[in-house]
Amino acid sequence: MNSPARRDWQVATATLFRQETARVRSITFETTAWAGHGAGQHVDIRLTADDGYQAERSYSIASPAGCAPSVELTVEHISDGEVSPFLTEELRAGDAIELRGPIGGYFAWDPGMSSPLMLIAGGSGVVPLMSMLRTRDQAGSKVPAKLLYSSRSAEDIIYRDELDRLAANRDGFDLIHTLTRGAPAGWKGQNRRVDRDMLAQCGFQPAEEPQIFVCGPTSFVETVADQLVGLGHEESAIKTERFGPTGDKR
Amino acid sequence: MKVTRGFKGKPHDSRATTDRVPPGQYVTQEFPVLTAGPTQQTPLESWSLALQNGGQLLARWNWGEFEALPQTERTFDIHCVTKWSKLDTRWRGVTFDELLKAAGLTSPPNMYVMAHCDGGYTTDLPVADLMEGKAMVATHFDGQPLPATHGGPARLLVPHLYFWKSAKWVRRLAFMETNAPGFWESLGYHIYGDPWREQRYSGD
Repeated sequence: MNSPARRDWQVATATLFRQETARVRSITFETTAWAGHGAGQHVDIRLTADDGYQAERSYSIASPAGCAPSVELTVEHISDGEVSPFLTEELRAGDAIELRGPIGGYFAWDPGMSSPLMLIAGGSGVVPLMSMLRTRDQAGSKVPAKLLYSSRSAEDIIYRDELDRLAANRDGFDLIHTLTRGAPAGWKGQNRRVDRDMLAQCGFQPAEEPQIFVCGPTSFVETVADQLVGLGHEESAIKTERFGPTGDKR
Repeated sequence: MKVTRGFKGKPHDSRATTDRVPPGQYVTQEFPVLTAGPTQQTPLESWSLALQNGGQLLARWNWGEFEALPQTERTFDIHCVTKWSKLDTRWRGVTFDELLKAAGLTSPPNMYVMAHCDGGYTTDLPVADLMEGKAMVATHFDGQPLPATHGGPARLLVPHLYFWKSAKWVRRLAFMETNAPGFWESLGYHIYGDPWREQRYSGD
């Protein structure tokens, strides 16, 4: 059980930026009192306008576990959003925001877990899974791992070069991309929505008892989680995070 | 308070009306789905709701019996710990008070309740937060049967607390003498979860 110590708001200063895709930017924040985090956890951030208005949001941490005092977030620009346009377009090096965390201990992985690691991402759902892969890499873990990563187009793939480098290590990590809105000439990955056949072919088998993390838009996660159950994976081995609009306004 | 350079926020006229939206929340017209695992699919034929005290069964209703209990329709604002609030949501179900009455109880046998759900989810609540119309087991949302993604066929609804307390796919309400943390409460989330006091995480 977590300690009851309060997670206080602390000032964090933006130091480094990396444009991942046209709509996605990674930001490194230097914190003053960050105690470290586990792979898959998130932070709350708080922005304050000069008239005192505040907005809070949660973002998954992209950096590997245990790299305090810096925390890297990867943020996708949401056109009608209030916070993500600020983070992806307005925030500059040296600017300070408030942050607290880490939050969440269920959608989390550490290198001590020996089961095969099955990661399934839709779009920016790859962020907390990247933290797991970076943590695995830094720990020198040889736990078999697969990432099945669905993007709209090749230009929308976040962390593309870094994922290629991790896969080139040949240390038990397999990378499977799929594109849902057309593939470029010479594309070697999959090019359709994740479906039952793809999960059966590209994923671990239920008998291998993988630990499974699924993160992405709500409809993506709903579909994938249902298919994984249908393929015979234990429900308790399937951990999910859903985000974004559901198209369900009732 | 630390002003964030360059942050303006939404235009004033589209900001939340402060008297209905707790601190740190924003209003959405969507109905986001937050679940730690796969959506549970429970056929109505095999569904039942049990009321327990310790290990003792106090009452159990199958779907037909549950639907025959007095129904209440109410409109609430709901607040998720992931920061969204949704206003004026319309629910139908059976209040906790009616469940006690139907079980032949004049008063609750203990001070706390653990809600147990399909898929293994649990959440703990003080009984006082369930009584006097404050909570129900809801089967309908906005006039329609509650979809499985939102906890159907039946979810607990405790709208004055963060929405993780409104457990999806509830099947068993077990009274307990002393409080014990449920699923999220064991993973760093607040034991009580009052959105107006912003009790998101343990220590808040």
